[in-house]
Order: sequence, then structure tokens, then C-alpha cells
Amino acid sequence: MKIDTNTLKKIAHLARLEFDEKGAEKMTADMSQILDWVEKLNEVDTEGVEPITTMSSEINVLREDKRGIHLPHEDALKNAPQKDSDYFRVPKVIE
Amino acid sequence: MLSEDIKEKYELVIGLEVHAQLLTVSKMYNADSTEYGNMPNTNVSVITLGHPGTLPKVNKMAVEYAIKMGIACNGEITRHNIFARKNYFYPDLPKGYQITQDKGPICVGGHVPIFINGEQKSIALTRIHMEEDAGKSMHLAGEVDTLVDFNRAGVPLIEIVSEPDLRSSEEAYAFLVEIKKLVRYLDICDGNMEEGSLRCDANISIRKKGDTELGKKVEVKNMNSFRNVVRAIEHEFERQVQMMEDGIEIDSETRNFDGPTGTTSSLRSKENLNDYRYFPEPDLSPVVVSEEWLQAVKSEMPALPRELFDKFVNQYGLPDYDAGVLTDSKEIALFFEELCTKTDNYKAASNWMMGPVKSYLNELTLHISDFPIKPEQVAELIALIDDGKVNFSVASQKIYPELLRDKHKRPYQIAQDLNLIQESDEGSIKPIIESVIAENAAKVEEYKSGKKGLLGMFMGQVMKKSQGKADPKVASKILTELLGD
Repeated sequence: MKIDTNTLKKIAHLARLEFDEKGAEKMTADMSQILDWVEKLNEVDTEGVEPITTMSSEINVLREDKRGIHLPHEDALKNAPQKDSDYFRVPKVIE
Repeated sequence: MLSEDIKEKYELVIGLEVHAQLLTVSKMYNADSTEYGNMPNTNVSVITLGHPGTLPKVNKMAVEYAIKMGIACNGEITRHNIFARKNYFYPDLPKGYQITQDKGPICVGGHVPIFINGEQKSIALTRIHMEEDAGKSMHLAGEVDTLVDFNRAGVPLIEIVSEPDLRSSEEAYAFLVEIKKLVRYLDICDGNMEEGSLRCDANISIRKKGDTELGKKVEVKNMNSFRNVVRAIEHEFERQVQMMEDGIEIDSETRNFDGPTGTTSSLRSKENLNDYRYFPEPDLSPVVVSEEWLQAVKSEMPALPRELFDKFVNQYGLPDYDAGVLTDSKEIALFFEELCTKTDNYKAASNWMMGPVKSYLNELTLHISDFPIKPEQVAELIALIDDGKVNFSVASQKIYPELLRDKHKRPYQIAQDLNLIQESDEGSIKPIIESVIAENAAKVEEYKSGKKGLLGMFMGQVMKKSQGKADPKVASKILTELLGD
């Protein structure tokens, strides 16, 4: 399946990715190839087969409502590109 | 300003989406604390922060709470539940997706009865689903950055989605009242809209009366009180009618409610251009609700407000009004229920609850759990009146305040200590009446010549002379006899 430029642009926006003309060409080719590969699945007859959502057949893997151990506050903030002593800081979201 | 004539031509159509924060101690998909008001970014773990390689695990209690709400709303509980990823980028969502339910929400359909001026209307629900809350972003004035606190990220929510069945702001208000009552009776959410544990978005559209097709809907967010939901709906109605009248097409958009001005404004952000690309969450295995589990959850459910209302009306013979007031809050209803196991005079019990008990609580802004008096003491007060030992005003104005001062006392003891037990024995009341008649010979003549209104004056004298202890019924009977009626 061939990906057109508009589809690529839309997906790029949703993924917050930017690339130049050349990158777009390569991306279009790669994505088309991936889709072709996945399309092979269409050859399998899945009539009457219930879709699965996980690879294991487990059900009801549940937690009791108990508190665990928190990450130390300093560790939680450690990898943030921008922070202060309390908060993660991000570029202003609302004008 | 739009004239009433113009507004008359249009009809409001409202659907509500109510988010309720569940009262679990840990989060929806991990063991972080849900406690409110802690220092920012302390109730967090690698799962909450969306670090690579971490896996969520569903909180069983949260599922049970969602099931309870589904049953209480008369919905169909989904037996095979899967979760879904709702994908969007926003700084308060570290994973880049919210784990929610898309196809196959925990509860499908259902309805919630609302009451407007004593009339009942049934509001249909589309669904109730489980999901996680987002973090909190703060856009402070004077700050270049947005500050993000992830303590709230991952707190369990249920989202209750109504059909577009509401036709006025009053109905929307009544619907929220019922939802709040339900979550509080079930003890699954504290229902506090001001603190954000109950949140509401409204889908509002208008159409010409008689039209069957729905108009374009506007979604209004950020209303943090019941009152503001009403204001936002009323504002939107005016705005949309004005647009229709001016021939301007209504945009299907998200608008933000501004509390101080009571108006809404368009919320255009990149986020709105998103399509959420829901797909099944591969990190969580399905939650299957067996018949056994469903019955176990059902058996833990308390009586619901509607059930208690019906009981109070049908079994206790109370007026709808009384039953409505008494079932407003679960704690009041339960206190009353206990009181009714100690007295048979249900109407008197209801009057005590709605009168002296409620006014004391209101005056001191107390909760019924802080009420010092026990149901059996109120029952004893009622018995004192029913046995003719004291009248209501003595019970409520003399004995009741004394009980509030010292909760260990018994009403009968107080009545005796304060010498309040009324005389209902004719032998002791009669001499008092005789002396009143003897002292007021002139008035007695006037009474006999037709001035029947003087009876009240005589009664007053009798009550005064007996220091309020004469049983008014007995006294009035003897008085009219002696006056020769």
C-alpha cells in the first residue's frame, strides 16, 4: 500500500515529528513497505476468530487496592529537561 | 438582549459527561497514593511518570466501584472488559496516551431518575467507563513555563456519559444532584465538585421546537460547581439562539467556561486537531466479570436513595417532601432509619429530623456524624410527647437544648429535673382553672355573653399558673366545661 503525502503529513503531525523533503520521501517509502508487509496478514482466513488484545491468555490480573513505595521526589524530577524544586516545567501550553 | 418570544421558539438539548474520582487509596494502574494535597510530584513512580519498560496493573477495587455505579444506574455490566489507549500529546499525560475504555465500557446503557418540582423524568445513560486521571498543569501569571504536578496522574476515574436527554439547566442540575447522591451513597467518590473530585463537561446544542434532528453541539468545559454548570448552559443557550437568529452557523467546538464573567470562549489549541487513534491496550489483560463476582459486589451495595425514598413513603407513610429531604444525604437517611427502629411515630420522627435536628446542624455547619444525640434519645423525646408528659414546644425548646449540652442525659430525667412533666391529671388541673375563673369574674361574664375569643386568655392564665405544666388538651376541656359551654 502506497502512503500519500497527505497521510504522511497527518501522521507526522499526530506524532509531533518533523522532517525535510528528503526525509519525507524516505519515510513514505519505509511506511509503504511496512504496510505491505503487514498486509500479508490479509491472506489468512480469520473468519469466526475472536480478536485478541494481549499475547497471553491471562485474565483478571488485578492488584489489591494497597499503596506501594513512591519514587523519591528528587529522582522523579531527575531526568526532566526543565524543572524546579517542585515541578516539571514545560513550555507554556495556554496563551 | 433576546426577547422571551424569540427564546420560546428554541429548545435546549444537553448531554453531560461526569467524571468521578474514585475513593481508592491507590491509583488505577499502579500502587501510588491517591491522597490529595501532598507536595507536588511526590505521589509518583516510574509507572505514573511513563518511563519506558514499565507495566500497568489494574486496581481491583476501582473495577468494583465502577460496577457498583453501573448497577446503581440500572445499566448492563460488561462481562469481558478490555482497556484502550487514547493517544494525544499533552504535558500532563506523560505516557502520550491515557488508558481508558473505548469499545466495551464497564457499563452500557442505564438510566438515572431526576426530580423537578416533584415530577420524575428518566435520563438515559450511554455508558460508564473506567479510566485514569491526568496530571495537573498550572499556568501561573508571570511564569514563562507551565508547571506540571503528576500526583493526580493515574488516579482512578469513572466517566458517566448521559444521552442528550436533558432539556434545561434545571434538569442538568437535578441530574448532577442525583449522580452526586449516588456516588456518595455508594461511598465510591466524595462528590466534591469544588475540589475537582466530581467534574462535568456539557454538550449543549439548540434546535427549533418540534425539530427532531439534533443541532451542532458545543462542548463546554471547566465548570467547577453545580451553579456554574447552570450558568454555562444558560449562557450557551443565549449565545447559540443569538447566532441562529443572526443566521450564523454554530461551530462544533470546545469552549471554556469563565467563572467570573459567566461566559464561554472558544478553546482552540492544537490538541483539538487530534484524532485519538484508540486501540486496545496490549499491556493489560482483559478483566472478566463472572456472575459470582458480580453478585458479590452487588451484595456489598448499600440501600440506594431511591429505595430508601420508596420505603419512607410506602412503609412509613411519609409525604414525598419528607422522604426527599431525609434521603438527600446518606448519613441523615441512616440516622432516620435507626430512629425508626426505636419509635413507631414516623411522622414525628421525620419532623424532628427536618426541624430541630437539621436546624442545629445547619446553625453550627455540622455534619450528622458530629451530632451529639443518639437516635434512641430522639425516640425518647418523641415518646415523652406521645405519652402526654410534655408538649412539643417544651421538648424542643427546653429538653432538646439540654440534651445537646450534655449528651449523656436522658430526656425523661431532664424533664423531671427541670420540673417539666405536664399535669394531665384532671384532679390537679381543676383547682388551677377554678382559681383563674374566680379571679376573672368580669371576663367570665363577657365570655358568657358571647365574647368567645376570651378562651385563649383564660388558657394563657391557666398555663401561666401551672408554670406551663398543664396538659393543654385536658385543661381546655375542663375550662370549657366550667365556663358552661
